[in-house]
Amino acid sequence: LAGRSNLAGVQHVLLVLSGKGGVGKSTISTQLALALRHSGRKVGILDVDLCGPSIPRMFRVQDSDVHQCDSGWVPVFVDQDKSISLMSIGFLLEKPDDAVVWRGPKKNALIQQFVADVAWGDLDFLIVDTPPGTSDEHLSTVEALRPYKPLGAILVTTPQ
Amino acid sequence: DCPGTGSGQAGRAVACQGCPNQRLCAAGAAAPDPAEAGELRERLRGVKHTVLVLSGKGGVGKSTFSALLARGLAADEAKQVALLDVDICGPSIPKMMGLEGEQVHQSGSGWSPVYVEENLGVMSVGFLLSSPDDAVIWRGPKKNGLIKQFLRDVDWGEIDYLIVDTPPGTSDEHLSLVQYLGAGHIDGAVIITTPQEVSLQDVRKEINFCRKVKLPIIGVVENMSGFVCPKCKNESQIFPPTTGGAEKMCQNLNVSLLGKVPLDPLIGKNCDIGQSFLSEAPESPATSSYRDIIQRIQEYCDQHHFQEEKSI
Repeated sequence: LAGRSNLAGVQHVLLVLSGKGGVGKSTISTQLALALRHSGRKVGILDVDLCGPSIPRMFRVQDSDVHQCDSGWVPVFVDQDKSISLMSIGFLLEKPDDAVVWRGPKKNALIQQFVADVAWGDLDFLIVDTPPGTSDEHLSTVEALRPYKPLGAILVTTPQ
Repeated sequence: DCPGTGSGQAGRAVACQGCPNQRLCAAGAAAPDPAEAGELRERLRGVKHTVLVLSGKGGVGKSTFSALLARGLAADEAKQVALLDVDICGPSIPKMMGLEGEQVHQSGSGWSPVYVEENLGVMSVGFLLSSPDDAVIWRGPKKNGLIKQFLRDVDWGEIDYLIVDTPPGTSDEHLSLVQYLGAGHIDGAVIITTPQEVSLQDVRKEINFCRKVKLPIIGVVENMSGFVCPKCKNESQIFPPTTGGAEKMCQNLNVSLLGKVPLDPLIGKNCDIGQSFLSEAPESPATSSYRDIIQRIQEYCDQHHFQEEKSI
């Protein structure tokens, strides 16, 4: 590992989880980021839902591209303020309706890259939005984030 | 010794070091081996019609729909119906069918499905857990192994309809199902969505997945499509179709819209207590929507069978 880790400037890492799909993980991640920005914080969202990435559209930046810099990938800024930055596979697809039909090992490889190679800079919070389930994405994300001692996980559910 | 390209150890075993195929194997060609797929299809020879229930999106009502589709088809006592739940991380079917706590029994001819009615059998990883809160935290290859076992070791017998409920996404479970069953042996997929664009954008990917793997699409069902207040009878769009809903998407992508089902709190309630919404709320507008959709699916399957017979 040459130089400073890309997560060295991140104060707190939060995961948003649920076993269940469709309960509002991405919605909460988005609203949480907006609320934190409103209170003057710098926030990043890492969207590790590779099959159903919802975060880009929620910030209306689904047509943005990802660029490279010396330290890796530049996250997509939501506005001129640069107070919210995002990374999602949604930005890497040629066409938005392309299905990402990958088996576990390939998903794991991308998640490791997402955790290590995004040049977040200084952030108060990095929110990690996850897909439903308890599988490859979750295991890989937790393993890759472990050295950065995440603050914890927020679990989202609906009443039924 | 080569563990085999289809094995969970493919690319990862000690013997794989230096093998020219190692990278490919390790990158997840942990895919079914064609000979095995053939063996599985033999085992499923007694299945007349197979319908997969899919969605790119979670929480749109796949399991709810699968359960009601199975119950609706099994209402005809002359038909034998099987419901297979391959959502390994979040198996909802046992609870929805009122079968929580049931165990799977082994016999000489394989695993016995759990029967809700004489003509409706169910299989789910939920039945294999010692406690309903046990998390199944498996990576892809292990999930594929269980799906293969379900298809190979369950003694389904002669069935008219095999309904397969899936987890959200387009990953290991979906690929394995299509590869093990063979796209040509599946009547088609029913794709579930809700009206809002956040769901549709994932569902379009699912439609593309089906096209990529040559899986016929029977059609799309739009759940949670409006809510009629039982008191004032006013209709509200709880999930507004800001981009035209499933109807517009189906027009654009040239797939059939099987129907729209409104929200009814009795649907969720009956799922929680393991009862059939169709039986408990026969007067609900959602019930007549479901029944129409089930009938369309039956008609599609009958036509499909007829065409297969013609081609033989």
